[in-house]
Amino acid sequence: MSATISVSGLSRCYRSHLALDGVTLEVEGPVVVGLLGRNGAGKSTLMRILAAQERPSSGHVSVLGGPVWENDEALRRLVLVREDQEYPDVKVRDAVRAASWFHPNWSAGLAEAMIEDFELPPGRAIKKLSRGMRSALGIVVGIASRAEVTLLDEPYAGLDPLARRTFYERLLADYAEHPRTVLLSTHLIDEAAGLMERVVLIDHGRVVLDAPADDVRGGATAVTGSASSVDRFVADRPVWERRLLGAQQSVVMPGLLDEVDWARAQQMHLDLKPLSLQEMVVYAAGGAWRSVRAKEEACV
Amino acid sequence: MLDDGAPIFSQVADRLADEIADGALREGDRAPSSNELASFYRINPATAAKGINVLMVEGLLEKRRGVGMFVAQGARAQLLARRRRSFVEHYVEPMVGEAARLGIGPEPLLEMVRSTLALPGRVQV
Repeated sequence: MSATISVSGLSRCYRSHLALDGVTLEVEGPVVVGLLGRNGAGKSTLMRILAAQERPSSGHVSVLGGPVWENDEALRRLVLVREDQEYPDVKVRDAVRAASWFHPNWSAGLAEAMIEDFELPPGRAIKKLSRGMRSALGIVVGIASRAEVTLLDEPYAGLDPLARRTFYERLLADYAEHPRTVLLSTHLIDEAAGLMERVVLIDHGRVVLDAPADDVRGGATAVTGSASSVDRFVADRPVWERRLLGAQQSVVMPGLLDEVDWARAQQMHLDLKPLSLQEMVVYAAGGAWRSVRAKEEACV
Repeated sequence: MLDDGAPIFSQVADRLADEIADGALREGDRAPSSNELASFYRINPATAAKGINVLMVEGLLEKRRGVGMFVAQGARAQLLARRRRSFVEHYVEPMVGEAARLGIGPEPLLEMVRSTLALPGRVQV
C-alpha cells in the first residue's frame, strides 16, 4: 500500500522565485497534520499542487496512490479549502449543492447542521457575504465533503474565536467518526495544537521540521532566575536565546529536561517553563534550529 | 484546559490517574473513551488513545472487548502507593528547602505543620 500523500523532490518556481525547494513528505492517513510556517514559506503552494490546482516545476506527487493531475476520480476524493477561496457568482445554497454533487462522501445532514452553527444565510449571494462568513462556507464544504484527503489552508480568516471553536469541535467530532487525512495550515498554532498529531514546518520552501506534535511540544525550555544560577544550570548546553534584566536572566534551552534537571532547578530557585508548540515553531522558523542558514537559491 | 508545554497524551493520562486516585472514577467504572476525551479536551482522538494506553500499560485500566476500558481492581491502591512514595520528594523536600531559604528553623517549621493540621476543616490523620 502506498502512502496517502507522497511527495518527493518537489520544487516550484515562480519566475525567479523558488516557492518550493525539494520538498519530500510522506503522509499515511488517517491523521491530522499541522502544516506550519511563515507567510510565503510555501504551504499554500504545496497544498495547491496536492489538489492539482497548480503544477510542480519538478518532482513527484502522488495522492491516494496515484497522480492527481487531470485525474477526476482522485480529485473527487480530495478537497482544498483556501483562505482566498473564489466562488462563482451564486448563492450559498447553490455552492453547497454543487459541492454535494462533486464529493461522493458528502454528508447533507452535517452540512445543514454546520450552516446553522455558523448562521449562514442560504439564500444570500456569496459575494455579499462577509469575510468570516465566506470562511465559514469554506469550512462547511471542507468538513461535510468527508474527503479522504482534506486540505485546509488557513481556513478561518475573519472568523471570531467562537466560530473557530465550532470549527475545531466539528472537525474533531466528524474526524473521530470518519477518519481521514487532514492537512491544516494555520498561524493560530496553540489554539489548534490539540488537533495535530504531527507537525510539518516549512521554511523558505523546505521542510525544516517533521515530527509528532507531542515530541515538539516542550522540546525546549525557558529557564529564568538569578543570572549566575541560570549560567550554572545551563553550563555548556546550547542556548537559543538569552535575555538579561539586571541580575535576572532568562534563557531558552533546547532539549528535553529530565527529573534531575527539574530537581536541580528547584534547588537553585529557577523557574522552568517548557515551550508551547507555537513558541517552538517560532524559534524553528526563526532559524534557531539551523546551524548554517541556507542561502536562498534562485530558480534555474 | 491542558498545559501548552507538556506532551498532551501524558497530561491526559495524568488527569485520568488523578480521577482514579481521588475516587471520582471507581474500580470497575467505565473509563471515558478516546472519542469522549477528544471532544472534552478538544484534542485529536489518536492523542487521547495514547493517553489511555499509558494507563493500560501500567495496569490501571483494562480493556473489556467490545465494551470499552474499565478501571482495574487495585488501581486506586496502586496510585496511592505510588504517590506516597513520591510525597517526600514532591512536597516535603521543597518545603524544607524553602523553609531553609527563609531562615525558618526545624522547630518552628514543625510547629507550623502541627498548627496547620489543627485548622478546622482539615482531615485528621
